[in-house]
Amino acid sequence: MITTSQPDSGGHFGPYGGRYVPEVLMNPLEELEQAYYAARQDPSFQAELASLLKDYAGRPTPLYFAKRLSETLGGAKIYIKREDLLHTGAHKINNALGQILLARRMGKKRIIAETGAGQHGVATATVCALFGMECVIYMGEEDMRRQRLNVFRMRLLGAKVTGVTSGSRTLKDAISEAMRDWVTNVGDTHYLLGSALGSHPYPLMVRDFHSCMGIEARAQILEKEGRLPDQVIACVGGGSNAIGIFHAFMPDAGVKLVGVEAGGRSLAPGEHAARFAGGSPGVLQGCFSYVLQNGDGQISLTHSVSAGLDYAMIGPEHAFLADQGRAEYVPCSDADALSAAQTLARTEGLIPALESAHGVAEALRRAPAAKGEIFIVNLSGRGDKDIDIYRENLKELDEPESN
Amino acid sequence: MNPSRISKLFARCRAENEPALIAYITAGDPSLERTVSLVEAMELGGADLIELGVPFSDPIADGPVIMRATERALANGASLAGVLEVARKIRERSQIPILLFSYLNPLLSYGFERLAKDAVAAGVDGILMTDASVEEAGKFVPVVRAAGLDTVFLAAPTSPMERLKRVAEFSSGFVYLVSRTGVTGVRDQVAGSAAELVEKMRSVTDLPLAVGFGIAKAADAAAVAKIADGVVVGSAFVRIIESCDGSPELESKLELFTRELKLGAKAGRA
Repeated sequence: MITTSQPDSGGHFGPYGGRYVPEVLMNPLEELEQAYYAARQDPSFQAELASLLKDYAGRPTPLYFAKRLSETLGGAKIYIKREDLLHTGAHKINNALGQILLARRMGKKRIIAETGAGQHGVATATVCALFGMECVIYMGEEDMRRQRLNVFRMRLLGAKVTGVTSGSRTLKDAISEAMRDWVTNVGDTHYLLGSALGSHPYPLMVRDFHSCMGIEARAQILEKEGRLPDQVIACVGGGSNAIGIFHAFMPDAGVKLVGVEAGGRSLAPGEHAARFAGGSPGVLQGCFSYVLQNGDGQISLTHSVSAGLDYAMIGPEHAFLADQGRAEYVPCSDADALSAAQTLARTEGLIPALESAHGVAEALRRAPAAKGEIFIVNLSGRGDKDIDIYRENLKELDEPESN
Repeated sequence: MNPSRISKLFARCRAENEPALIAYITAGDPSLERTVSLVEAMELGGADLIELGVPFSDPIADGPVIMRATERALANGASLAGVLEVARKIRERSQIPILLFSYLNPLLSYGFERLAKDAVAAGVDGILMTDASVEEAGKFVPVVRAAGLDTVFLAAPTSPMERLKRVAEFSSGFVYLVSRTGVTGVRDQVAGSAAELVEKMRSVTDLPLAVGFGIAKAADAAAVAKIADGVVVGSAFVRIIESCDGSPELESKLELFTRELKLGAKAGRA
């Protein structure tokens, strides 16, 4: 079993990753890579980032023992990594802070980003406000409708939110539009990509900026339990929260790493975003990895109740970990995610983001048969942004007579 | 191996001091059948080489005009197999060089061995992969070349000398120089960065150089013909195809516009 995963000089994890972009972007990506490697070695950069993560974002986040939930299920002890407590409400701020420091170091004046659920957009708008940079967020119109609250938050923070009307009007189309902006304005603009996706160095850099989650969780569980967990479970859209919490556990061969993809309405084509259940390796938006596509190599439309998981490709390092058998990936349906969110809310007083609810659902499924095991579930975000969707889907709670 | 149709074209153009007019069209817009007659019209108007665009669902390097063409083509059921069939029909009655212009994923999905064989059989002369750097596409080049096809790569104003050298090494037939940073689309003026890029590229290769992106009218074609071997026009053609919405006048309009561009390009050499 592999115990580490580092890309080669071209940014490949096994065959996955790399740089599949128009020539215009090749040199900018090389410059970004060099700047990132220099920053990674620079103690002053790391110190500034650590200080912001602590005092501005609120790290370290707690590792919380969900006692009532564990007792209810009667099996594994479930610990929850509380990324939902982080400033802006999700793990996305870790990477946004890292990349904005890098952008400033590179002399960039303008920041662009894509967003699906809006959490990365909010995190980006936040750090742009903090550093006084111009900020443009691309967001599919369907996602703008689903995540209105986050659209407003971004605007309140001073960002310009540009709706994208092409394709399925979701995250994939927002990324394409952000890439078109970047290809045009590459001189003064940094593309603050929000998931462990795209061309090298993004998957590596985004993973590194999120690896604090796993490093903290590993130390916290050793302190609380005196041993490592049996399973670490996280939802996977592009895969930033999952890769961030998995990475510190990679050398620990006894720790199962479990990624949970959006199973949507069903596993029929177009009804889900579970890349390992119907996808195959291909190239999309700068990267070679598992992607949902038809027989002609056209990218499929996807569906998930959760905008943040509603994307046709999985990050390249996850594809590598799946091939190697170091991590396993399972789908979770919309219905199971919604149900898990209610269970978590009612047993622990935690309303998860819909994305994170997919990870919670898998923990609920596995826990009863796992007596004596310890699980860590990454609660990557809180559910405030999803209240409208919860209301739409849980109408029985939204009647005047409901109790 | 015999010189390719593309090489022969540029050799003739150089000998006659004539600029090559390279015309892009998204195959399948408004339909695959119509693409055959549109290409014929462009050839009649003076196009010297056809870039046959393979539609892809997520065209990150294209502006709104070609994005919409792509959406129409896909909605009409266009696929790589259909595009190769278009090439075969063009080849039945014409010797105009044909360059497949595609994002990588439809080609990967088809398989490069199979593609190289089928493309040659259909009368295609070369392949350009929009979103494949020489680093990533390099491994496909031997397969494509062994079949007798040219491989054309893009060079950009952001490419430093080392990258330009690598682009030239992997290219055959010609090198496609992107006149400016940005996506495809019509612009008011051809970027000044084009001349600088041509000069840098000339210092590293003897291959013919064609300049594209943002070239929309006769005056642009003249400006580019002054500095380069070939002038590439894409979105301006696609815009006409879009505005005609399949009307029977489309062929004559395209032919007329192609003629204007060709005259403009020639005027640049006068």
